[in-house]
Amino acid sequence: MAYRLGVDVGGTFTDLLLLDQGSGNFWRHKTPSTPRDSSIGILSGVEAVCAKAGITPADVEFFLHGTTVATNAVLEGKGARVGLIVTEGYRQIMQIARSFVPGGLAGWIVWPKPTPLAALEDTVEIKGRVGAQGEEVRPVDDADIRAALETLKAQGVEALTVSLINAYLNGAHERRVAELAAEILPDVPISLSHVVLPEMQEYERTLTTVANASVRPIVGNYVRNLRSKLRDAGMAGSLSLLRSDGGLMSSEKSEEHPVSLLMSGPAGGVTGALWVAKNAGIKNILTLDVGGTSTDVALIENLEPRRVRTTEVGHLSVRASSLDVKTVGAGGGSIAYVPELTKALRVGPQSAGAVPGPVAYGKGGTLPTVTDANVVLGYLPEALLGGTFKLDREGATRAVQTIADALGIGLMEAARGIIDIVNENMFGALRMISVQQGYDPRHFALMGFGGAGPLHVNAVARLMGSWPAVSPVSPGVLCALGDATTRMRTETARSFSRRFIDTNQEEVLALLEEMAAQTRSELAAEGIADQDITTQFELDVRYDGQAFEVPLSIDTETLRRDGLAGVTARFDEEHHRLFTFNMDSPHELVNLRAVALGPILELQAHRLPEGDGDPSAAKIRDHELWADGAMRPAVIYDRARLRAGDIVPGPAIVIEMDSTTLIELGCVGTVDAVGNILINPA
Amino acid sequence: MPATIIQANATPFNQVTVDPVTLEVIENALRNARIEMDATLVRTAMSPGIREQGDAFPLIADHKGRMIVGQFGSYIGPFLDGFDGTVEEGDMIFLSDPYSVGGAISHCNDWLVLLPVFKDGRLLAYTSMFGHQSDIGGMVPGSMPIDATSIFQEGVRIPPVKIWKKGVYNEDLVKLVMHQVRTPAWCKADLNALIASCRVAARRVVEMAERFGDDIYVSATEMLLDRNFRAMQHLIETSVSEEPVSFQDYVCDDGLGYGPYKIKCTMWRENGRVVLDFDGTDPQSSASINFFLNENMMKMFFGIYMIMVFDPQILFNDGYYDLIEVRIPEGSLLKPRFPAALSGRTHALGRLFDILGGLLGQKTPQFLNAAGFSSSPHLFYAGTDKQGKWFQLFQIGFGGIPGRPLGDGPDGHSLWPGFTNVPNEFLERYFPLRIERYETVPDSGGAGLHRGGNGINMVYRFLEPGVIAIHDDRWFVPPWGVNGGEPGARARKVLVKADGTEIVLGNKLEEYQVEAGDQLRFITWGGGGWGDPLERDPALLVKELRQGLVTVDGARRYGVVLVDGAVDAAATEALRAQMRAARGASLPTFNFGADIETLRANCEAETGLPAPRQPVWHPTAVAAE
Repeated sequence: MAYRLGVDVGGTFTDLLLLDQGSGNFWRHKTPSTPRDSSIGILSGVEAVCAKAGITPADVEFFLHGTTVATNAVLEGKGARVGLIVTEGYRQIMQIARSFVPGGLAGWIVWPKPTPLAALEDTVEIKGRVGAQGEEVRPVDDADIRAALETLKAQGVEALTVSLINAYLNGAHERRVAELAAEILPDVPISLSHVVLPEMQEYERTLTTVANASVRPIVGNYVRNLRSKLRDAGMAGSLSLLRSDGGLMSSEKSEEHPVSLLMSGPAGGVTGALWVAKNAGIKNILTLDVGGTSTDVALIENLEPRRVRTTEVGHLSVRASSLDVKTVGAGGGSIAYVPELTKALRVGPQSAGAVPGPVAYGKGGTLPTVTDANVVLGYLPEALLGGTFKLDREGATRAVQTIADALGIGLMEAARGIIDIVNENMFGALRMISVQQGYDPRHFALMGFGGAGPLHVNAVARLMGSWPAVSPVSPGVLCALGDATTRMRTETARSFSRRFIDTNQEEVLALLEEMAAQTRSELAAEGIADQDITTQFELDVRYDGQAFEVPLSIDTETLRRDGLAGVTARFDEEHHRLFTFNMDSPHELVNLRAVALGPILELQAHRLPEGDGDPSAAKIRDHELWADGAMRPAVIYDRARLRAGDIVPGPAIVIEMDSTTLIELGCVGTVDAVGNILINPA
Repeated sequence: MPATIIQANATPFNQVTVDPVTLEVIENALRNARIEMDATLVRTAMSPGIREQGDAFPLIADHKGRMIVGQFGSYIGPFLDGFDGTVEEGDMIFLSDPYSVGGAISHCNDWLVLLPVFKDGRLLAYTSMFGHQSDIGGMVPGSMPIDATSIFQEGVRIPPVKIWKKGVYNEDLVKLVMHQVRTPAWCKADLNALIASCRVAARRVVEMAERFGDDIYVSATEMLLDRNFRAMQHLIETSVSEEPVSFQDYVCDDGLGYGPYKIKCTMWRENGRVVLDFDGTDPQSSASINFFLNENMMKMFFGIYMIMVFDPQILFNDGYYDLIEVRIPEGSLLKPRFPAALSGRTHALGRLFDILGGLLGQKTPQFLNAAGFSSSPHLFYAGTDKQGKWFQLFQIGFGGIPGRPLGDGPDGHSLWPGFTNVPNEFLERYFPLRIERYETVPDSGGAGLHRGGNGINMVYRFLEPGVIAIHDDRWFVPPWGVNGGEPGARARKVLVKADGTEIVLGNKLEEYQVEAGDQLRFITWGGGGWGDPLERDPALLVKELRQGLVTVDGARRYGVVLVDGAVDAAATEALRAQMRAARGASLPTFNFGADIETLRANCEAETGLPAPRQPVWHPTAVAAE
């Protein structure tokens, strides 16, 4: 019997979800994370979840893992010391960056400029120049390159990056540096910009290559350590990591290309939501992943999540494909406050985090948070984590009272105000990825997960008009579910930057096929049979002179049949949909991408026993909560005892091990066949 | 004669109380709507100036035209005051002529769209956005001829007209306008983008009113304005003195050989209000460096600076305007008489920000920033390539950010909001150019405890013959330092011919012929320094020497002696002691460098350019030369 184990390591908890590929049965487990060495928490979780299922780690065939190790290395500045070799005249490429200063007019007065990821001291220039058509303008000089390498060697760099101007068109100069580096710095890993990212835009390409080099040692150590511990525990199956774009890659590949892991954490939630949506028969989903300090949102249309070509981490914008996840500083730990000068009620982005945390957690927090407001209002009634953890309601009340006093309003009004404002912030983030991209949110369901998502999903769905509001099965471990259920993926991209009139179908096809072969062989190397690999292409097209590309998906067959004229016709159609106008200018083919995908997991989700529509068997007790300006009677249910087809009228609270679902007054929740709660207006 | 507002439903809004939570939610929603305007624009605009560099500005105003969110806003009031027409449902106003709107926008390159938002027949709000067009016709590519002597040379001039009139699109109008410009495809797309952004915001405003009720929405905007009024009132009382303070600075030249032009502002508090008086500012120029400054615009600049300098947490809007009075003399550089040319207004606009900084920080040096605004340095390069294809580049450059109370000024960054550089690989791919160097200039940031940011040296190699134009400033009068900090280095432009001959070019230059193979060193200014350079940690200079940001000689300005890449502690101590002894007991709040007469005397030797001559005020005097 084959088992898949999804493991998501978050800041506070490590979530595990074990899936029996034969029966669709699953087991979940949550254990505290061990930030100093995540593998400790992971191993204890693995043993616990295997014990629950009555198997041993040796029975796990696929270990699938979402991790923030790369993200944290960047955010905390703990990357390796990277030496950077650039074209003469470009030493300060990372120092100048894009010259952008955030914060609006006069924002420069208060902007702390971040330090470049490759130190300027460790950046050196070499002679030689490639032109904008890929031609050599001036040759490189070996003696000059050697001198540069010796300089970096003397400075003790731990990783080496080469990023030369126009190398995306011609990597010969970069390759020469690599050859000499192999002699002079044989033990230092080297990254070449034309290999990591063969695309136009020198700053972005350099940054991406440097970011990759910088997190390589940390990610490498992490992966090797984890692998050996899992092997010691008897796990012989494969180990894969979740990429930012929602696909999986082998742990070995991730050691080479860690920059693809920067959004690994949030990607798990989106792939999990995708799995849930498939089983619930919903095709269009907005996701709302509410954590302690922030909320991640994403859009899935027709069971395909939107992807973007950049990954944003902290102040860095790295060129690596990623799911289009927007993050807003609004979560359970967001702190509410009233500034002296304006007397406005603000919530976040400052957060109490896991430590000291909300006042209600009793871990030393003193400032009122969103969680405290939820406690005051009766939305978080009991203990979290299935009774092992009591909430300090009095403390939460005291804290929220300070807000009420500062505003001169009642306690409940202040608490509800905090919730309304944080919901509004989530609403704003959701608008960015839906309305602003030309999608009507009323055609989407809203799925809330993460510890606090199901508490807010009903209210936010009301703001969006996105129904049903979905509280998925196991909302607290949805990322781990996503890790466990997604497929292998790899891609390669190349700048093309030619007008259609200056190229032809054969040339484009030849390039695409070469790229397809490259990506297929990467998956084949992971042990995937050729007939299980699917290839997709994407072409970025724009009008000549336009600074914005429209990505078009296409397969070889269509391209052969309709030719490049078919591509431009589709572009015009898409451009008109997006921007309401077309132009007479010639078309330009900007970038080519090839994607190879592994097999889809064929698996029936576990079905709940059929109920009779009456949830009373799952009732724990009567309760009171604040709704529409008054305390109202409500009922608390145990999610584990709900049956398929049960109808839960609001206001109600459904609790489970790691999450609480709030069904608001005037709404009703229906339990579907696989255990999701679908909330709709009554 | 003010505009006539025609409403099918003229019922006044009721002032109602709005609970603090709803108020906060509405404020958030407005902020989001404004962000959505920017996002819409970036998706749909086409010119690099707007798309890549972000030269466009949105706002949402209340039904009286007061900006609730936005940044370069505040022009609707002056527009309504001067608009001799009606404002009706289904209308959309389009304009670009500064003289038609009291300087509410300041040169014809900025195309502005204004959408009155009606709900149930009642005027509820305005949304508006303007953006810099790459070309609007006129005598030079890019339409900003520094040597223009009248606005008629600066391209198409659009008075307030209705691009939509009661819901009917005026296609002929757009055709007529697009016929005047060199880049109609870009202009059309950019205009569409401005319109789309305003429409998006209008929809959001109506949705908000539907969600909360019209009266609550309107009352909430009143409260937001009032909140800002109270916050600013408090700031003014605590940070602006009743005793007048003055500050003056200069635009270096006018591109016709005359300069510098003085801008002077005096500020004091009187009966709880601030007066900003520009008496003493030089008369208008006969060239295009005039900046038609609208009084409300100045209030806005002042407000933003107050907030950023003293309390960055305040959300900015128009609510405090009654607290400020602005006086600008007629016929001055800041209020030129029609038909003075205006296209080169960026230099005076930049200088205004340095002056504001100098005014506000004078009594509170701990909040004072050094100077660092030149302008938006422009390079234009146009011609016909070997394939017979017309190319036209308009690029905005950046210099050094000033030393700040917070720390060093960043090297080679933008003082303007939202601006970014254009990737050099993009330039090389799409224009006949090679960018041979793109680096900052060591030592160009003024010395200080917190040094000024270095300026940029960008070396363009032109691969096709063509014409270039340059607009930059701060080449003659340096950016000053504060609290003991020194001035930053000045801007400089040098053309290197294929045979190595170097020609120093003016920083305001039009229609200059370049040959294939010529290299242009486009060097921008460094930011002024902040605080005593002798207090700067010598270890930082060691680091910056290795980084190539300062030189061994440059380190001596900090009294630091570097030998073989390390600090010579004894020599440093001796040098610092000697420098301390040589200077006065107290450090000057401002260090402007040499006075104007000395700058003039040394100009040729120091900059390679003849000194600008004292401006001649009568316009005909220039024409007669």
